[in-house]
Amino acid sequence: MIRFDGVQVTYPKAAVPAVDGVSFEAARGIITAVAGPNGSGKSTLVRALLGRVSLGAGTIAVDGVSLEHLDRRSVARAVAVVPQREEPVFPRTVGEFVELGRFPHGSPWGPLSGVDREACAEAIRRTELEAFIERKTDELSGGEWQRVRVARALAQGAGTLVLDEPNSFLDIAHEMALFELLDSIARGGVAVLLISHQLNLVARFASRLVLLSKGTVVADGTPAAVMDGDLLEQVYAWPLLVSRDPAIGVPVLVPLRRRGPR
Amino acid sequence: MSTRVWLAMAAALIASVIVALIVGPVELSIGDVFGALHGSADPQATAIIRTIRLPRAVMGLLVGAGLSASGVALQATMRNPLAEPYLLGVSGGAAVGAVLVSVAGFLHPAAVQIAAFSGAVLAVALVIAVAHASGARSSSPALVMAGVVIGAFANAAILVVLSGAPATAVRDALWWMMGSLSGATWVGTAWLATVVAVAFATLWFLAREIDVLSLGSDAAAALGVDTDRATRRVFVVAALMAAATVASAGLIGFVGLVVPAIVRALGARSTRSSLIAAAIAGAALLVGADVVARTIRAPAELPLGAVTALVGVPFFLARMRHVA
Repeated sequence: MIRFDGVQVTYPKAAVPAVDGVSFEAARGIITAVAGPNGSGKSTLVRALLGRVSLGAGTIAVDGVSLEHLDRRSVARAVAVVPQREEPVFPRTVGEFVELGRFPHGSPWGPLSGVDREACAEAIRRTELEAFIERKTDELSGGEWQRVRVARALAQGAGTLVLDEPNSFLDIAHEMALFELLDSIARGGVAVLLISHQLNLVARFASRLVLLSKGTVVADGTPAAVMDGDLLEQVYAWPLLVSRDPAIGVPVLVPLRRRGPR
Repeated sequence: MSTRVWLAMAAALIASVIVALIVGPVELSIGDVFGALHGSADPQATAIIRTIRLPRAVMGLLVGAGLSASGVALQATMRNPLAEPYLLGVSGGAAVGAVLVSVAGFLHPAAVQIAAFSGAVLAVALVIAVAHASGARSSSPALVMAGVVIGAFANAAILVVLSGAPATAVRDALWWMMGSLSGATWVGTAWLATVVAVAFATLWFLAREIDVLSLGSDAAAALGVDTDRATRRVFVVAALMAAATVASAGLIGFVGLVVPAIVRALGARSTRSSLIAAAIAGAALLVGADVVARTIRAPAELPLGAVTALVGVPFFLARMRHVA
């Protein structure tokens, strides 16, 4: 479980905070999504989690313990973050790559322990990558690569999983497969926090949606409650329509055109 | 890497050492070599092996292993297959130290070694200071750029010093800069062995962290690594190891750049296996290059740095086919 409490972050030389007074909680067992326009502060929250920016005010607590009281390895054991982009320069096999997820647990000397191996095997099983263990990371498609990164995060064995825009560059099938995987991970008891642009996917899979605008939380509730046409139009500064999909019964966001026909 | 490759590398290493002991102005046989090591050969062969060729070969092994292992650690940490210890100020600083001492007339070899090592250590400290002063702390791009800055400054300083120096001093300085194992002594080799062993053990200890650093700074932070501190640690250890080789044998280029790439091409992936493979391959390469350097124009010696540079040329031409 992860809780943001009054978090404020200001980048050096910036006039206004990137994130100001953000408070919300991502509970275990569900997918919590954070959405908002570009520049609303979503990635800043991830950077704060990675320790790359410091908090001007407020706290981030994982399972009740504030991050300031934890060293980076302990943080990595409690929260697994999948950053937005990762480009390996030197290839490794998928198996070796997933094993690196055990780094926060291991000693520098030793080979992997039985617990480590079990965690890696479990992560590979959950992401259905058994056939890929010996494949090189530079031979994977975009969808496979994302799954491998999620597998490494799972191998970390943390109770909270944070993903920053994991579905960029994925086609429909891979997007859906990824979200279904995240859904099953959440049901397994992990707190899944998802930063995503894709409101329509979020509406189907997330139980909680936190909407950010210009660094503050403007709405926090179920997707059905948050996805109000007027609110979204105001936040995204673009004409929008929110309807309900008759086939699956979840809110659907339809951007309208400013110029030209519908 | 497969067992066959490991065995081939070990065989190349042993072969290069044997050749290095046999070959020279006085041709010795393998029997002479073993006899000299056991103390049962004639006094001349024993003296040649024990006081000239063996320390030279051992120093060659250490220089080759040290530069190659340094290159492995730096390339992985900086996520740059073109990174090498000389890029980061080590060579410039060492050369400034050696040139100053040569020009000032201190001809004792130990004086040059101490000055070269001190110059390299100072350059490494300056690189870190410059990187921090720029605000980017010890991130890889900051360290590389600071290394270029310090290296450029060092080159300018060397040219200024040499331009006003007498011809003999210029010749001595240039000879030093071209690299040579000819000054190898047991004392010097023991010192180098200590530094290389400690530095190698440290890199071995840091190897898993280096693997994580090679994923990139966001991924490394996500896995619990303090990337600035970890990068700086690797940088300092790798740079000092390289500095010790430069102090002992002058500037021998391309080894720290090319051997890690060879080892990668042979299939080494983790930092641990790459460190060992590079040490073996680099040692064999350096000793082999030294044999070439002292036989091709016998009795004169080619600079060792020139021979290793020649290895670099075909290697990079071959690599360029992959770039296209």
